[in-house]
Amino acid sequence: MRKSTNQKAWWLVAPVLLLVAFNAFIPLMTVVNYSLQETFGNNVFFWEGVTWFEQVLRSERFHASLMRQLLFTSMILAIEVPLGIAVALSMPRKGPWVSVCLVLMALPLLIPWNVVGAMWNIFALPDIGLLGYSLNSMGFDYNFTQQPVSAWMTTVVMDVWHWTSLIVLLCYAGLCSIPDAYYQAARIDGASGWAVFRYIQLPKMKRVLTIAILLRFMDSFMIYTEPFVLTGGGPGNTTTFLSIDLVKIALGQFDLGPAAAMSLIYFLVVLLICWVFYTLMMRNEAQ
Amino acid sequence: MSRIEFKDVRHAYPQPAGQPLEYAIKEVNQVWENGGAYALLGPSGCGKTTLLNVISGLLTPSEGSILFNHSDVTRLPTAERHIAQVFQFPVVYDTMTVFDNLAFPLRNRQTPEARVKERVTEIAEMLDLSDRLDQRAAGLTADGKQKISLGRGLVREDVNAILFDEPLTVIDPHLKWQLRSKLKELHQQLGVTMIYVTHDQVEALTFADKVVVMHDGTVVQVGTPVELFSRPRHTFVGYFIGSPGMNVLPCSIENGQPVFANNLLSSGYPADTDLSGKLEIGIRPEFVNFSDDGIPVAIEKIEDLGRYQVVTVRHESEQIKMLVGEDEPIPAESPMISFDPDNLRIYCNDWAVEAGDA
Repeated sequence: MRKSTNQKAWWLVAPVLLLVAFNAFIPLMTVVNYSLQETFGNNVFFWEGVTWFEQVLRSERFHASLMRQLLFTSMILAIEVPLGIAVALSMPRKGPWVSVCLVLMALPLLIPWNVVGAMWNIFALPDIGLLGYSLNSMGFDYNFTQQPVSAWMTTVVMDVWHWTSLIVLLCYAGLCSIPDAYYQAARIDGASGWAVFRYIQLPKMKRVLTIAILLRFMDSFMIYTEPFVLTGGGPGNTTTFLSIDLVKIALGQFDLGPAAAMSLIYFLVVLLICWVFYTLMMRNEAQ
Repeated sequence: MSRIEFKDVRHAYPQPAGQPLEYAIKEVNQVWENGGAYALLGPSGCGKTTLLNVISGLLTPSEGSILFNHSDVTRLPTAERHIAQVFQFPVVYDTMTVFDNLAFPLRNRQTPEARVKERVTEIAEMLDLSDRLDQRAAGLTADGKQKISLGRGLVREDVNAILFDEPLTVIDPHLKWQLRSKLKELHQQLGVTMIYVTHDQVEALTFADKVVVMHDGTVVQVGTPVELFSRPRHTFVGYFIGSPGMNVLPCSIENGQPVFANNLLSSGYPADTDLSGKLEIGIRPEFVNFSDDGIPVAIEKIEDLGRYQVVTVRHESEQIKMLVGEDEPIPAESPMISFDPDNLRIYCNDWAVEAGDA
């Protein structure tokens, strides 16, 4: 049989290449471009090399927002993952309540970010909000617009309310895929409830849980809209996370060079942490 | 170890509201003697697995009771019944090594670690898993995984019975044979009651001392392989055991003897009472012969299976299968057949008519 060669098929890929170029590659290169140069407008650029990168990496302001970001992300992961698993485990696997539970769980996920921020803002206002007013009338001194601790608590609780469902739904899907035979075998083997969780449910949930944690990590590490609407980064800078800080530098101060350098560092941090986490989780799978 | 007894056990799975209950097990009274090797044989969906799960306590029967050594265990949870069970599809604990998998049932029961090591080594030896003990169970083939499942069933010493639910389905044919002989060997060594569920008659007949044939939620016959072959109590047993299965033909009765196709036949098991209902005769293909006079038939098909031939003949609307030796001639013109009276039985409403039966 003669093999015919036809290179025309390459043209079929062209639209995708074009799309990816305009959608991802060119914007990214623009950022790289800004991060290495200084401009005062009029399309005039001066070469700066790695000056902006050094400046950002040494800036205390960046360190502070990075720390806040890391603290926030670890807090919400530490709450949402165990809580999500616990809720998924206690959801019914059969019967009429399944769909009720699923809809209830999916509800927060369907609400747009800025609406969530606005909802919690009003909900938590100390003078008129249900939550804020109730807490104060119970004797707690709570005012998220003025106290850093209150602002943090509100932001964390808001994120937990908004996103735990995602982990619940993914874990629930993982749990539902476990065949009955596993539970039966565990009963025959005399396994305790903890052993069933540790040796059957958790291993079977591992893949979906890895994805869930990755998604939650990325989303929370890049969180912007909700805290922006809720606290605006305040009081002071106490809830200014990386994205909020970045927007302040780029659009507030119009420091395009440092902002571009910061976005690249930001991007690399997200990429690095995701890569390390994924590699660690999947290390055993390959064996 | 103990004697297991079923008393009027019936079980129906829950149905959506409004639908009538369908019994997966319709009244079973059955004794499993201590130390027996039983095979539970029947087609898919006849209630075999349900019956097994009732023994192990994974299911509580809707009605009736289960006795272990004369004490009622119907409400006892699985863990307290001391039953080992191996399922159709391999169940392994993925994150554990092969050793930990085999040790799991023992460690859950607080067995001293030295004893665990001893038992696991012994069982692994038996199942040819010794060189894989340190591997992660997830990496094994389906065969290997099922051996682990078998091993977890065999590793405990205090069990009342070991139940096998079609355990060799996923195993390669040549290994199947090996493992089955190994199980048989183990049974002789350990003397523990074993119940082996299968829909494969060869598997059942080679493994068991006693075969329990189930059909449509009831036990239709319990017997040795020979008994099931030569004296099927129910047309289903005749049809299900033997290859090809027993011929079941409509008949009428005259003076206690069956009449088929206007031919008065003689049966070694005459009916001595008046029978009403669906009357049939059952004759195995092995006992149908060509003869000089008898029932005229037309030959439809001859299949040569090497040592013998399966001949399909027809009399009016009835198809009859017969086994003919390789060298025996097959008459070319107007063939006639006869049935061996000693192996011809009368069935009334599918049940064999025994002398003295009503």
